[in-house]
Amino acid sequence: MKISVLGSGCATCKKLHETVEYIVKQNNIDAEVEYSTDVTRIVALGLMRSPVLVVNDKPVDLRSTSEKDVKEAIFGVSH
Amino acid sequence: MDIFAPIQWFADWLTYAIFSIAAGSPLGNSVNFFIYDSIKIILMLAAIIFVVSYVRSYFPPEKTKKLLSKTKYPIINNLLAALFGIVTPFCSCSAIPLFIGFVEAGVPLGATLSFLISAPMVNEIALVLLWGLFGWQIALIYIISGVAIATIAGWILGKLNLEKWVEGFVYQVKSVEKAIDKPTNRDRIKYAKNYMADIIKKVWLYILIGVGLGALMHGYAPNDLLAELAGSDNFFAVPIATLIGIPLYSNAAGTIPIVSVLIDKGMSIGTALAFMMAVTALSLPEFIILKKVLKTKLIFLYGSIVGLGIIFTGYLFNAIIK
Repeated sequence: MKISVLGSGCATCKKLHETVEYIVKQNNIDAEVEYSTDVTRIVALGLMRSPVLVVNDKPVDLRSTSEKDVKEAIFGVSH
Repeated sequence: MDIFAPIQWFADWLTYAIFSIAAGSPLGNSVNFFIYDSIKIILMLAAIIFVVSYVRSYFPPEKTKKLLSKTKYPIINNLLAALFGIVTPFCSCSAIPLFIGFVEAGVPLGATLSFLISAPMVNEIALVLLWGLFGWQIALIYIISGVAIATIAGWILGKLNLEKWVEGFVYQVKSVEKAIDKPTNRDRIKYAKNYMADIIKKVWLYILIGVGLGALMHGYAPNDLLAELAGSDNFFAVPIATLIGIPLYSNAAGTIPIVSVLIDKGMSIGTALAFMMAVTALSLPEFIILKKVLKTKLIFLYGSIVGLGIIFTGYLFNAIIK
């Protein structure tokens, strides 16, 4: 599994990256986590918000950046 | 009837009956003001943010981008962009992807800048505080001036053909057309509820601090304290208030309650409006974020034109509302 956090480098983006790292570690998910501040990648996906969570090359809709919602989003893809 | 009467009743009861502080004393005035204003503002904030976010769920940025890239009339385009700036969900985190997305879709630079000026300036927190503390008339004046400044500033910047002051890579980005999801009514309500909780969690402390400082001044500072310093007769009050507003961005929620008291103490409305607009629209952190896509010259010009617009609005309202 490949998880990317794309952001503009803002506080919310860094927080999301930390949350993802934490969830992956806690649940022993076999995933490669990447954090990128290359905003052009967000636009290339047709999106205009930040941060964006990308799982296996697909952007995931996040209800919020809370641990619970991020976890649900990641598990929603992996199961 | 004043729908906030029950809150006033509660504040009176708590201050005078429970805390048994003498009515009319400075301490009594301060405590009463603090209880009444903080409850009222937080309730209004919750209600209005809920409504605004619900409306916003109909205007995802991807849709706004599409609409704006189709209209090609110069100043109307700027006006539309400024209006969309109010209803499109926005946070300074998203400023860069929004900017690139708009430019990539063929939205003119001027209209994109109109959007970027109005989005942070006419924000729901500022609106709620203005409405709650000064009445809906001032809130409306604030929206109209904000839209006017964003429209005109973006239009001028668009006329100057400044595309060369935008970082080159912006024009190389290629986007894909993404299908816009159609959320159900339940999704929208859920989104609005989440967003409301998020904002309240983020700002309640600033509001309490702001209202607390305001309450202290309300009870203890003399009534004409600022009449000379920041009244409408002081020519320099407006530009100085605008400059002071620039570094205060992150504390918009805390600043406005203080301003409401400053007006009580003699600051003129135009000066106060200029100050609040500067707090929300001219934000240092946002300028730094924009540096990723705009050359420093353009950011400087953008800040100066918006700043002049704000100063002009300040003088205008000082002249109209005495």
